[in-house]
Formats: sequence, structure tokens, C-alpha cells
Amino acid sequence: MPEFYGTTIESAMMLGTAQYPSPAVLAEAFRRSGAGIATVSVRREAGGDRAGQDFWNMVRDLGVAVLPNTAGSHSVREAVTTAKMARELFDTPWIKLEVIGNADTLQPDPFRLVEAARILSEDGFQVFPYCTEDLVLCEHLLEAGCKVLMPWGAPIGTGLGLNNIYGLRSLRAHFPDVPLVVDAGLGAPSHAAQAMEMGYDAVLLNTAVAKAGDPAAMAEAFAHAVRAGAMAYAADPIEPRDMAAPSTPLIGKAFLA
Amino acid sequence: MKITVNGTPTDVQGTNLAEILIELGHADGKLATAVNEEFVPAAARETLSLAPGDRVEIVAPRQGG
Repeated sequence: MPEFYGTTIESAMMLGTAQYPSPAVLAEAFRRSGAGIATVSVRREAGGDRAGQDFWNMVRDLGVAVLPNTAGSHSVREAVTTAKMARELFDTPWIKLEVIGNADTLQPDPFRLVEAARILSEDGFQVFPYCTEDLVLCEHLLEAGCKVLMPWGAPIGTGLGLNNIYGLRSLRAHFPDVPLVVDAGLGAPSHAAQAMEMGYDAVLLNTAVAKAGDPAAMAEAFAHAVRAGAMAYAADPIEPRDMAAPSTPLIGKAFLA
Repeated sequence: MKITVNGTPTDVQGTNLAEILIELGHADGKLATAVNEEFVPAAARETLSLAPGDRVEIVAPRQGG
């Protein structure tokens, strides 16, 4: 069970709430995923519009922890102001900190990310930084006050899976005690299983479930993969080797040549 | 006075942020606010006087990834 800032979550699956065909499908996807955390955002609301209230009522009914994001922020100021609005709206110190550096890849701006993480951590936020798998960036994020790291697997929404296995494995090895979450880029349950087999504490996904032909079934498929990967990591997988080694004993084999 | 609300130029009668929220139909919603890119906590809305040209952002919970 992953633990983030002292809170234990019953599931290693974190699920986004965007892009589902309907609120009913979203709710069913959450039910079948068993996800313990839902990511949400803040967006402009027009006078008399009930969209925000209706969405909030639905999320509350999911019965999961809420992790608001600063999605779409490109500057430190934008991210910090969005985080403060989210803290008041959702009544939580948790914030998934996104500071985007490139519009095509939606990759984090590492410099502004660290600056925003420091400002928010000093202000009492518990920051979940959406980051790349760069080891030095992650060291700076920890030094800035983050106690969770959320490196991408691949650019948001691409479904490419884990693009830099070496980098992700290095993070796990360097930070054995820091909760690590692969956030973004997962496309298939096998990607989630792979992350968990490497010892990651959780995965965060949205598009792979919400845009699947059957989101609720895909949510359940991911849930199985996450559990399988976590169980496999705990069971201590064998090391890969180049040379074959017979699994069937040679002793006692009939001499028939 | 003329201010900008969620990116749209808007004429308002009220002078503080709390009054303007009611005027714009946000009397009881689950909302957060910012003025000129700075967060304004709910408790500070009544004491925050707006000036012409101020940029007000009014946000609510939404779907996110």
C-alpha cells in the first residue's frame, strides 16, 4: 500500500477524472479500478453555472482521496495561484504540481517546477511533482520539500509506456524510501505492471482508461496489472541472464541417443 | 466599473469581490477566486475592493488528469 505524506492509500492505482464519455462511465471506471486517489482540476466557472458543483458532488460520491492538479500552468506564478485556489476548493494540502515547459511534449519545465515546489512546500502544501525521470532534477525536488516524486513514463496522453526504463530504474535505486509514482504516458496494463515490477509505489493514469473503447473494463484490467506487478516485485523476480539454463533436471534423464 | 471576469470585459456595480460574485450569479457556489493573478481567499473577498481594469478569475472543481 503506498503512503503519501503520512496517508496510506489502499490501492496503488491513481486515476484521472477527465475525458470519460459520461459521468456514469467515470463512476463505473473508478468502481472497477479500485483506485484510491482521483485527480481533479480547477477551471473557470460562469455565473449560474452548476458544472463545478455537480462535478464536485460526483467526485465526493466516489469516496476516494482527491489530488488537485495545476494542469496547464506554464509559469511559477500561475502554478502557485492555481494551487492556492485548489487548496481552498478541495480542502486539501495535496497538489499535483504541473509546470509545463513545452506545448508539444507537455513535458515539465524542470527549473520552474523546482521553484514552484519550493514556494508551495514552504507554504504548507504537500507537493506531488509531475517531473521527468532526471535524477538530478528529482534530487532538487526532494531538497525543495517534495516527499513524493511522479516521473513521467512518456508524454501525457501518448500511451507510449515507459520510455526510459534505465532512468526510472535509477530513480528507484537512488531513492529507495521515497514514494515513486509513474505519472503519464501509460497506454496498456502491461506498462503499469512493468512500473510496479520495478518497485514503483503507484501509477497515475487517465487517458488510457478514459479513451478506451470500454473505460470501465480497461480500468479493471489496469487494476489487475497493478496488483500483479506489485505482487511480483514483492516476490523478488529472477535476474535476466543471457545463457539458457534448463528448468527440467538433467539427472535421471533416460539415455536414448 | 469595467473589469475583466474570466477573460471577458464585464461591467459591474459592486465594489468589493464578495458583492461582485453575488452580482454575477455566484452566490452559493463552490468557488475559488484570484484577482490580478493573485489568490484571494474566501474570507478576504469582502474586504477586497476592486478597481477598474482588475482581472478577476472565478474557478470551480473540474475534471483533471
